[in-house]
Amino acid sequence: MTDEDLYVDGDGARWAFGTGFTDPLHGIDQTVPDGVDAEDLAACCLALGDDALVSAQRLAEWCTRAPELEEELALANIGLDLLGQARLLYARAGRADGTGHGEDAYAYFRDPEDFRNIRLAELPGGDFAFTVARLLVLSVWRLAVCEALATAPDPVLAAIAAKSVKELAYHRRWAAEWTVRLGDGTEESAARMRAALDELAPWLDELLSDSTAARLGAEPAAVAARTRLELFHVLADAGLNRSTDVSPLDTSAFLPGSGRNGQHTPHLAPLLAELQSVARAHPDASW
Amino acid sequence: MSPTSKAEWPLYEVFVRGKRGLNHVHVGSLRAADDDMALLHARDLYTRRNEGVSIWAVRSDTIAASAPDEKDPFFAPSGDKVYRHPTFYDIPDDVPHI
Repeated sequence: MTDEDLYVDGDGARWAFGTGFTDPLHGIDQTVPDGVDAEDLAACCLALGDDALVSAQRLAEWCTRAPELEEELALANIGLDLLGQARLLYARAGRADGTGHGEDAYAYFRDPEDFRNIRLAELPGGDFAFTVARLLVLSVWRLAVCEALATAPDPVLAAIAAKSVKELAYHRRWAAEWTVRLGDGTEESAARMRAALDELAPWLDELLSDSTAARLGAEPAAVAARTRLELFHVLADAGLNRSTDVSPLDTSAFLPGSGRNGQHTPHLAPLLAELQSVARAHPDASW
Repeated sequence: MSPTSKAEWPLYEVFVRGKRGLNHVHVGSLRAADDDMALLHARDLYTRRNEGVSIWAVRSDTIAASAPDEKDPFFAPSGDKVYRHPTFYDIPDDVPHI
């Protein structure tokens, strides 16, 4: 079955395969419109694409290792949503930066210093609580960014963002439910959730001060404020807030540098080595 | 995790209404800690291929089911009563779903 067949809602479609698939970019002009800075657009697509690709890879690492069969599939589904976002964003980046590179060139044939993901995304998986906490933070932030970008001056980026919003709203819901379940669960689960939040605290500043999408309509201060507020509410439900003040998500111990400038932790290289090994061993293969 | 330390999550039965379907159809089972989680799991397990527009999840132990050894008393008596089928009507072409 080709992709095209899947998008057609024909009478021959069988219930078990699902029907009525939609192409999020159907009918949208791919030309970069006048008034959009192509360099900003490419940088934004690359950064958000790298966040998604690296996050997807970390989520995929749970395959065969998740605590429950159902959660394993949930994590894989979320990863695949993000992988889909990365593919569209890379394709847009290749168009905007004038290189004409396809998605594979970005995913498989760049070295760690060329990646622009924030460092929080590349940290090793740790335990389930850390995966939940990181996914909560990243999906809340990314949802705020994508909602703003859904009205971006570039129609392709706007369409990708609009598609992503629906996916991210589910990721946020999944992560928020588990945050509350663990935070408000047993002593052990609450302790692990608190440890996970402590572990990611030093990386929050990089995320909350990120201005990659600023010139395309996602105002950093507004995105950061909304991220803080939403996290505050979820952590309050989970009994995990240390203070009643919305603003002190503890970002005081932040670590200097930024993945947005290509400065990464040592954890990114092995992640990419695994991700890229097959494509680099067989550079002309198609799949 | 040792088997003794792990209380198993309760079993749920999942019913999905497809885009083309008029009613919810049983698609399978899953385990979940509570109703909310059952819905998320049902979404993740049984609607990944764009099958559904609505989900019901029901605790399996709340379903009243007929027993296999009562199959004959339950179902055999209707086996020879063909007159109960309304086969003697002409159904107009424009009446759907019959």
